[in-house]
Amino acid sequence: MKAKVHVTLKTGVLDPQGEAVRHALGQLGFDGVNGVRQGKYLELDLVETDPAKAEAEVKEMCDKLLSNTVIENYTVEIA
Amino acid sequence: MKSAVIVFPGSNCDRDMAVGLERATGRAANMVWHKDASLPDGLDVVAIPGGFSFGDYLRCGAIAARSPIMRAVVDFAQKGGHVLGVCNGFQVLIETGLLPGALMRNAHLKFVCRDAHLKVETTDSPFTNCYQKDEVIRVPVAHHEGNYIADGELLERLIGNDRVPFRYATPEGDYSDTANPNGAADHIAGVLSENRRVLGMMPHPERLNDPLLGGNDGARLFEGLVGAMA
Repeated sequence: MKAKVHVTLKTGVLDPQGEAVRHALGQLGFDGVNGVRQGKYLELDLVETDPAKAEAEVKEMCDKLLSNTVIENYTVEIA
Repeated sequence: MKSAVIVFPGSNCDRDMAVGLERATGRAANMVWHKDASLPDGLDVVAIPGGFSFGDYLRCGAIAARSPIMRAVVDFAQKGGHVLGVCNGFQVLIETGLLPGALMRNAHLKFVCRDAHLKVETTDSPFTNCYQKDEVIRVPVAHHEGNYIADGELLERLIGNDRVPFRYATPEGDYSDTANPNGAADHIAGVLSENRRVLGMMPHPERLNDPLLGGNDGARLFEGLVGAMA
């Protein structure tokens, strides 16, 4: 069973990297980008076969290590 | 005073830290490897040094904060032990939850390596009792993720409880955006725990603690610790 985890900065937390990417896109002529938020994507290969248990376990991993919940949000997708 | 320096793969200020502690205490610091599960007996101070522990993978300090020795360090701090975290050590302390807030990528996105001037905001801590209040000291910074952020409520609590011992300032002691090397909220360079015995700071006092190095302002932080233990 696989889990896909997206970690993104919370709304309101300044993202200077995203802003730099937006600026660079503008340099390339992509003027239509209002904002860019940069995040992380992690793919986990799990032993667990029960989707509900897997999701609960991965959420615990996110709270304990994969994200910094002070500044980041996460989403978990089990596939 | 008996001290220990925690060593992670990628630590690179551990020896400077040990020298700083030894000069002030007259005793060699214990070097403790991250895989150890316990600290030496009878310690007064644990220092978490600067560097790039675990290559800054995931988030700076995130992997180090979950290493076996850090459980012992958290326990030590919770029992009232003194802990100093510098640079990557500050990031590790935040990741363990011993200190609040977060350290983001520097606002200008560049690694910053230069001397910074710090205004001593409080002498009410074992780390700052050898300085004068409002004194400006010179201490080097070298980091990419030192931009301290805290939400409004936390910031209010930190300031209200006098838990910001150092702020970035000009040599004259004025706060300004150009004197702030990383964009940190409210020019915060370091934060104390509620019991004032855990200090995390981005600047490196262990790098400027001998006149031969071009400055001595960092030495008094270690001397303060020795005084507080006496």
